[in-house]
Amino acid sequence: MSEPVIRAENIVKKYGDFVAVDGISFEVQRGESFGLLGPNGAGKSTTMKMIAAVSTRTSGNLEVLGMDPNTDGPAIRSQLGVVPQEDNLDQELRVRENLITYGRFFGMSHAAVAKRADELLEFAQLTDRAKSKVEPLSGGMKRRLTIARSLMNDPQMLLLDEPTTGLDPQARHILWDRLFRLKEQGTTLVLTTHYMDEAEQLSDRIIVVDKGAIMAEGSPAQLIRQYSSKEVLEVRYGSDKNKTVAKSIADIGERQEILPDRILIYSDNGERDLAVITNRGHHPTTSLVRRSSLEDVFLRLTGRTLVE
Amino acid sequence: MKNVADIKADAEKPRRWGWWYVAELRLREMRGYVSYVVTSSFGNPLMYLLALGIGLANLIPQGIEGVPFLVFVAPALLMSTILTVGAEEGMYPVLSGFKWHKVFFAIHATPITPGQIVGGFLVHLTIRFAFTAGVFFGFLVAFGAVPFASGWLMIPIAILGAFSILTPLGAYAARLEDDTGQFALIQRLVVMPMFLFSGTFFPLSDVPDWLEWVGWVSPLWHATQLGRTVSYGAIEPIWLSATHLLILVAYAVIGGYFMHRSFVARLTR
Ligand SMILES: Nc1ncnc2c1ncn2[C@@H]1O[C@H](COP(=O)(O)OP(=O)(O)O)[C@@H](O)[C@H]1O
Ligand SMILES: [Mg+2]
Repeated sequence: MSEPVIRAENIVKKYGDFVAVDGISFEVQRGESFGLLGPNGAGKSTTMKMIAAVSTRTSGNLEVLGMDPNTDGPAIRSQLGVVPQEDNLDQELRVRENLITYGRFFGMSHAAVAKRADELLEFAQLTDRAKSKVEPLSGGMKRRLTIARSLMNDPQMLLLDEPTTGLDPQARHILWDRLFRLKEQGTTLVLTTHYMDEAEQLSDRIIVVDKGAIMAEGSPAQLIRQYSSKEVLEVRYGSDKNKTVAKSIADIGERQEILPDRILIYSDNGERDLAVITNRGHHPTTSLVRRSSLEDVFLRLTGRTLVE
Repeated sequence: MKNVADIKADAEKPRRWGWWYVAELRLREMRGYVSYVVTSSFGNPLMYLLALGIGLANLIPQGIEGVPFLVFVAPALLMSTILTVGAEEGMYPVLSGFKWHKVFFAIHATPITPGQIVGGFLVHLTIRFAFTAGVFFGFLVAFGAVPFASGWLMIPIAILGAFSILTPLGAYAARLEDDTGQFALIQRLVVMPMFLFSGTFFPLSDVPDWLEWVGWVSPLWHATQLGRTVSYGAIEPIWLSATHLLILVAYAVIGGYFMHRSFVARLTR
């Protein structure tokens, strides 16, 4: 196997006394699509900033493209495409100008940035907005522009911090489609998200992070297999009754999670278990059988849901 | 996979020219408010000269320091205008680059270093100050308030003066989390008094003794005295002129050092 593009060994980031990233280790291989899944405040953005060589780690070893961000920040950054959590497009410039000026920072010639900007406007489906100001663009368009901007230097690796947070479902799907294309072309993707569906869609391998530490690592399928059951039965009895009913059906399934609004029963056969429950006379107001997701993995690992 | 040596060779061009790419960006952004820059560059001197040169000068027919009042006040007008712009550019645009527009973070995601961001920022402002000071100087010459031959030196002095106030303010602004009135306070308690008590409209020696220190700490006084010296000749011993220059350079350089430190801290935390 070739050299990993990222090698993180026990990296720590403290803000004063507060430990935002508490000794995490992982490797990312070239061409891989790697996800950091975790709730708000888990330390995902902080980790991304350390990889992007814009935040100095407190301790630990970190190698990006074979270099140390502490000493070779500019060289590392010259090879990265970065999509930060918060858009920081230049509001004083037009759409196309945002791409052109950004490309210049990598030492590209005026001719090269002009050509690349037009290609990427096409890719981001923004060609007809080239001369528009940034401000009136929709959230999805701004995000696509930020992605286009991050690709100006033809990066070896793309870092995406919560690429679709705050977007409506349609805008998310357009964005996912664009990212999928990049993945197919072999671009190394590193992304953070607190959406389990996004992590499942886009990553080959993920780490689940919580409170600055890694809780689990693997492909989405592996994690689900390891930490959850094949199916999940969700039953609802109304918020005041969930707890009392839970007691009398506690023996059903491999494991249960009792949430304020529903009971989750982990099982290899949800329909069969639902039948058992109803036979005992506990008819739920609503019920649902679904396959296990990363949300369940997270719940199992931390006792909390990803999106509160 | 590109090897480390190739990557470093790739990064060589931005390592050399990064400061210029940043200046280029700032110049392009300036297109959005170029009409403001041009109008104020032409409007300010015109207003001052009409009010002071034609109005106030008539009240002081005997002049000051052996020259007509207009000649006396001209260097001060130019310096105070450019230094005021310097103070403005050191506050809101700096904090904005971190807080509202976040443009400094966007730039820092590329091979550009914090030092190059500061450098490009200052290079762009040099061009902007030179333009505004140049126009002002043109008016002064046209009104016969300054001799052209040596007077043009007021332009680099004004730029230095602007940086002597801009860089300390920039160092401070880059560390602010938010503007909760600090800028307005600086404007009122630092910039305004400086304007009033720096030997601008009358010699510093006429300021009450207990207020004279304001002139001494004020970059505006030092810049103005230098301006007067290059405009109508030696009004003070040479060592004093050298001191003015030294103090301005010290402000600008020490301020620049701390501004760089503030930028590094904010961009790498
Ligand atoms: N500049 C900072 N100063 C102090 N605390 C910070 C700073 N940036 C982030 N944090 C804290 O570190 C923790 C992790 O933040 P972050 O990495 O942004 O999490 P995530 O991206 O997973 O939501 C949070 O509790 C956040 O408040
Ligand atoms: Mg985040």
